[in-house]
Amino acid sequence: MKNILKYTFAVMAVGLVSCDPEFDTPVTDEGFYSSGTADLSKYVAVGNSLTAGYADGALYVTGQKNSYPNIMATQFAYAGGGEFSQPLMNDNIGGLLLGGTQITQNRFVLAVGANGNPGPVRLVGTPTTDITNKLTGSFNNMGVPGAKSFHLVAPGYGNVAGVQSGAANPYFVRFASSESATVLADAAAQNPTFFSLWIGNNDILSYATDGGAGVDQTGNFDPTTYGPNDITDPNVFAAVYSQQVEALTAGGAKGVLVNIPEVTSIPYFTTVPTKSIPLDAATAAQLNAQFAGYNNQILPGLAAMGVISPEEAAMRMINFTAGTNYPIMTDDDLTDLTTILQGAPFGLPAQLAGLLGQLRQVKSDDLVVLVASSVLGTTPDPNNPQGVIGVSIPLSDKYVLAATEQARITAASNAYNATIQALAGAKGLAYVDAKAALARVANGGIAYDGGVLTSQFVTGGAFSLDGVHPSPRGYAYTANLIIKAINETYDATIPTVNIGNYPTIMVTNN
Amino acid sequence: MKKVLVLAALALASTITYAGGYRVSLQGNKALAMGHTGVAVVNSSESVFFNPAALVYLEDKFSISVGAHGVFSNIAYQDTSTGANARTDSPVGTPLYLYASYQATDWLALGLGVYTPYGSAVEYEDDWAGSHLINNIDLQAIYVQPTVSFKLNDKISFGGGPIYVTGSVNFNRNLNRTLTDLDGNRANVTIDASGVSSWGWVASTMVNITDNLHIGATYRSEIILEAEDGTAEFENIPNSPLTPFENTNINASLPLPAEMTVGMSYDFCEKWTFAFDLNRTFWDVYNSLDIDFENPAIPDSKNARNYKNSSIYRFGMQYEATKMFTLRTGFYFDESPVREGYFAPETPRNDSNNFTAGLTVNLGEHLQIDASFLYSHFKEVDASYNYYFENGQAVPFKGTYKTNAFVPGLGLTYKL
Repeated sequence: MKNILKYTFAVMAVGLVSCDPEFDTPVTDEGFYSSGTADLSKYVAVGNSLTAGYADGALYVTGQKNSYPNIMATQFAYAGGGEFSQPLMNDNIGGLLLGGTQITQNRFVLAVGANGNPGPVRLVGTPTTDITNKLTGSFNNMGVPGAKSFHLVAPGYGNVAGVQSGAANPYFVRFASSESATVLADAAAQNPTFFSLWIGNNDILSYATDGGAGVDQTGNFDPTTYGPNDITDPNVFAAVYSQQVEALTAGGAKGVLVNIPEVTSIPYFTTVPTKSIPLDAATAAQLNAQFAGYNNQILPGLAAMGVISPEEAAMRMINFTAGTNYPIMTDDDLTDLTTILQGAPFGLPAQLAGLLGQLRQVKSDDLVVLVASSVLGTTPDPNNPQGVIGVSIPLSDKYVLAATEQARITAASNAYNATIQALAGAKGLAYVDAKAALARVANGGIAYDGGVLTSQFVTGGAFSLDGVHPSPRGYAYTANLIIKAINETYDATIPTVNIGNYPTIMVTNN
Repeated sequence: MKKVLVLAALALASTITYAGGYRVSLQGNKALAMGHTGVAVVNSSESVFFNPAALVYLEDKFSISVGAHGVFSNIAYQDTSTGANARTDSPVGTPLYLYASYQATDWLALGLGVYTPYGSAVEYEDDWAGSHLINNIDLQAIYVQPTVSFKLNDKISFGGGPIYVTGSVNFNRNLNRTLTDLDGNRANVTIDASGVSSWGWVASTMVNITDNLHIGATYRSEIILEAEDGTAEFENIPNSPLTPFENTNINASLPLPAEMTVGMSYDFCEKWTFAFDLNRTFWDVYNSLDIDFENPAIPDSKNARNYKNSSIYRFGMQYEATKMFTLRTGFYFDESPVREGYFAPETPRNDSNNFTAGLTVNLGEHLQIDASFLYSHFKEVDASYNYYFENGQAVPFKGTYKTNAFVPGLGLTYKL
């Protein structure tokens, strides 16, 4: 009997060790997903803030974990992908310190204010990421927030001594291999088997977010002379971009190139309406009376004198009506009349001449930037309730991206994209048309299993609270676009992610 | 815009799932070894559960059976479109039973049963792909059943008794697919209710057509467990009026459905017994699982289940090999009560084929050791749960499931 008992328990034991249910074809089996002709074992991502996972006006840990390269690397792991390391920040507050002094701002969160309305505010807290604490080792994610195309090949871009002058980048300082290192060389030194390159956005973006106050440097081939908010010359872009593709493919790596989206379709430019000044009939009439001299005498007079063109005179006319009105603004592309107006025959006082010097009203084809919402309609001088920005004080040029400025951006980005697409074709690399993809998000949106992903600020889901950078869900959508392009080009079957599993904005009160 | 946001945030609170198909048919080692048949079998005090009317026909003056089963159940999940995959790491369930019967007079027997016919213990890895439906659940219900059994004559008897149930449930899931605190920890809720009690009853009959042919019928009533002092504990909730999730009490009810069993047994060639049982479980009572949060800021949760009544077809065989050994084997086909589109991962139950075997070892006149083994085989199935909602929009959770269960059991019977 003892034997029978023994036998019984032995049978039970056999059953217990082979307990795990097995699928006919488990997704975890090697070969279930294929990387095709690509080798994903060492993936290096090169780019700017988008590649780093920057969102909500800052870089922070959870944002980095939801960066599109990290999402892609997670999916690559099903098809032979290796480890993917990132230069993670210290916290989820987001700001940077330099020797204990804060040099970049904390992230935005959506907070409900005292009035009960939610809006983006900077998270309160002391950041703990000091850029003087250098990270050791190399990182697969070589995304450097703020980098322009030519920065990736600029020696000293990671030298802490250059941070305050603007010659170096505080994010790259954290993980540059040496003071003279370039982002490109550090990326290439990792001998990637696969790479992604998404650079050039900042070559137009900072010009745009600054309302076109910078300079279009097209024709200037020396980027060391550029200001921070200038448009990069397309030839400069083409030269450094092909240098980057050469370096990254030198070891035979396959890769993917991503083009530059239309920056003007992001919420930063589409949230604040061009008409934002509500007036009743009496106030409108009163204001029109104040501008009657400017409209009826000064502008026709100057046009007759040939100082300004009749078109410019027409463009500069101020007209308020009952209802919502275009604010008045300063446009530095207009002829500056400040000096002329102080002379004969006008003889205006300096202050008034300055006010009218480059004055016009915002037009329907202008774009008013997101941050203008915090100044429009405000009275900067508490002792002068009549001094209202947009009504009696012109909105500064940096808050408005005029149609002419938009045209410069479009021209430059079209040139960049032609370079990117041509290089992808010439090198047989995968190519992602992020411009078309963002346009789809902005115009109608992308349906997913929990709704529709749109560019609507705060509620649309695609963008973070800075209005410029994607939310985690927006980054997941981006990762899927890139994976699909890789699958198509390299005959791979890397699985995509469900973007509904990725968060959008963070609600938190300080 | 604020309204939209509040709605979006509140919708996060929606689905709470408990369990489905949480019937655990492990109410005796002798019966389980025969495919868990027993409504028409007269051989031990396990009849307290299977058919109280049979107790009066037991030959022993006094009989007591105790035992336990070890439930090794595993679920594997995968979604080939994303590569998401998960395996449960569920604790070993140990349903217990104790049955005693006492032959009071020639026509009357008394009995007592303690058993656990409903329960579930499933543990997924936290934050897995379906974590918005379940991270883990532990559901227990203990039935205590005093029993009387009396015969009108040698042909027909009746039995039954009241049932006292005490139950508990502990359940955790993430609030939705995306909500986290500032550091990315997923917001989740734990529902806990224990000491929930209720009453029900059982009634049965047995007819001895011949000395060798028996038929029986048992009806066990539906019991609704009303959790009135349960708690909901929220974790990793962002500090915002838009996410007003605070710990609160809950009210919820969980039905333990009624079960009707009819069957027959036939003794042949002296040492052989064949048994057939048909269970009908009235799962249609499990239409929707509603959780009422006492805090009015947290919207109540309504979750479609829409179960259908289901049947189990059981076949068993017993062979008294020697004086010392009785061998048993069985098979049953278990129909899932889950309708298409309602396949939730807390108990991903499709139809199963179940194979059983076991034996009794007689250690002298009074003591028996009962052993059994059950293997439950579920086919790989592509299924989805389509009634999880985000912002008013149904978000199906789909994938491929593969489940199995291995259940060894041991028991003792002592009789006088």
